[in-house]
Amino acid sequence: MTGADPAIEVDGLVKTFGRTRAVDGVDLRVPGGSVYGVLGPNGAGKTTTIRVLATLIRPDAGSARVFGHDVVGEADTVRGLISLTGQLASVDEDLAGRENLVLIARLLGLSRKRARERADELLEAFGLTEAAGRLAKNYSGGMRRRLDLAASIVVTPELMFLDEPTTGLDPRSRNQVWDIVRSLRTGGSTILLCTQDLDEADQLADRIAVIDRGRVIAEGTPGRLKASVGAGALRVRLIDPDQRPRAAEIVERVLAEPHLDADPASLAVSCDDPDRATEALSALSAAGVQIADFALGQPSLDEVFLALTGRPADEGPADDGEDRAGTAA
Amino acid sequence: MSTESAQSPPPAEGADVVDPTLVAGLSRTERPRRPNPVSASLTFAWRGMLKIRHVPEQLLDVTITPVLFVVMFTYLLGGAVAGSTGEYRDFLVPGVLVMSVLFTTVYSGVALNTDLTKGVVDRFRSLPIARSAPLVGSVLGDTVRYFIAGVVIIVVGLVLGFRPDGGVEGVAAALGLVILFAFGLSWVFMTVGLLLRTPSAVMNAGFMALFPITFLSNVFVEVDTLPPVLKAFVEINPVSILATASRGLMAGDAPTTEILISLAVTAGLTLVFAPLTVRLYRTRG
Repeated sequence: MTGADPAIEVDGLVKTFGRTRAVDGVDLRVPGGSVYGVLGPNGAGKTTTIRVLATLIRPDAGSARVFGHDVVGEADTVRGLISLTGQLASVDEDLAGRENLVLIARLLGLSRKRARERADELLEAFGLTEAAGRLAKNYSGGMRRRLDLAASIVVTPELMFLDEPTTGLDPRSRNQVWDIVRSLRTGGSTILLCTQDLDEADQLADRIAVIDRGRVIAEGTPGRLKASVGAGALRVRLIDPDQRPRAAEIVERVLAEPHLDADPASLAVSCDDPDRATEALSALSAAGVQIADFALGQPSLDEVFLALTGRPADEGPADDGEDRAGTAA
Repeated sequence: MSTESAQSPPPAEGADVVDPTLVAGLSRTERPRRPNPVSASLTFAWRGMLKIRHVPEQLLDVTITPVLFVVMFTYLLGGAVAGSTGEYRDFLVPGVLVMSVLFTTVYSGVALNTDLTKGVVDRFRSLPIARSAPLVGSVLGDTVRYFIAGVVIIVVGLVLGFRPDGGVEGVAAALGLVILFAFGLSWVFMTVGLLLRTPSAVMNAGFMALFPITFLSNVFVEVDTLPPVLKAFVEINPVSILATASRGLMAGDAPTTEILISLAVTAGLTLVFAPLTVRLYRTRG
């Protein structure tokens, strides 16, 4: 039903704080009923974008609409459609878990009785019944995040903002949060998920926008994004990290300039053709470079991200001059 | 429900492993009619009262100093200042009532600032409720705090032998007036709470403002004993006027002028600082 209308339309959004352009011309189209990932490093402008969309701050330029309602002119209508799970857990730490949920339920207009019932339902669903009477400040990180998510769905929102929902969580809590996101999507809500975690975006999102320095630098399905960087990649791990410079030289001659990972013994290069990959491996072997293992496959989102943001000066248009004023070349 | 899921795109990978009890718990809850501003404010007042219950030590902080003042000053200064401890006690208790309750108002600003450093305010501000509700609600909730702070001083006074001529009615009227004034003053500290960066900065600013204002008043000494310049200030200090009103009411009089001035100051503070607070709360982000 909402599938055809975009849940979020953002055009040329700009928000500056002092001299920092936190958001510098972001455009987004988020289809209704989907999980939409916004992927970017710290300070890329993800949280600022969410805060504009959640009516917490006003944009300096551009427009943002939620289900067709302007976030500035019709802020109150927008608030009736959304819920926010902020980067800082948006729970009241001096209240018990159950009190937190009853509070939100009452503020959303549920009757006293219905608010208590809804709180208990959610505590049950999120495995917090045992901890219902304990103050939220004594919760573990995972419990607090679950309480936070529960508070966000006291009334099912049309659109839910999740700002780095799994940052700092252990793997088990992270999986629980992922399950919750998937069930919400199944329930028909649209979810805007900001994350730095590439795996998370890949796992959950139907579409992803990669954002860097306040701009969207790539947009598409996870599969399309991977494909845009090259259909495949050859990854090689060496036995001896000291041989990497030599290996990089050889790979560059046979294929293309490789990407050097943080792991000092490995390198990756985009490569579509298995025959040419074999060629490169033979050349390495012939030159006496010892290979521990290798793999030919789709590039990970990690590589997509590095390819898109790691070398902005080479690839992007030369429009980032403002930041560099004063730095002698 | 089933038709809707049939036409939606296939779930993301892994959706089939979602815990079924979780999905059941996430059942769609329709949005009720939004609460009116009064109901939303009262819900926030309830939140404030829960906090008093969960963090009672905060109340202890503000009440213990005035209690010490009443007890120590009565016996330490009573003879010197008023000729007898009993006479000084009767002078001091209605004044320290004012001081104690007014100091408690600083906590309204501290609590608001503490909220802002947490994520919870973001949630409140993204809810479809009246913008003023969180603020009005927390001031209403804090009224309970002011009441407790006032009652503690009165009880200590009674224990020390304070028996005001105004009786229960007089004491209740004085307490009511002081709490009303505190309601007005708390908007000032809410504004401060929105302007300063940290809760401790709000606390310091508040106490630094209140110490001179309460000490340079007639809370502890009669105005007539002061040098002319100081006397001029003390006589127009609203805290002195409120303390005089409190003394009068407890003594069974109705000092009309002082009561009216106190009410006017309360109204003035509220009219200026309540809208300012709401505005700052809305735009701070």
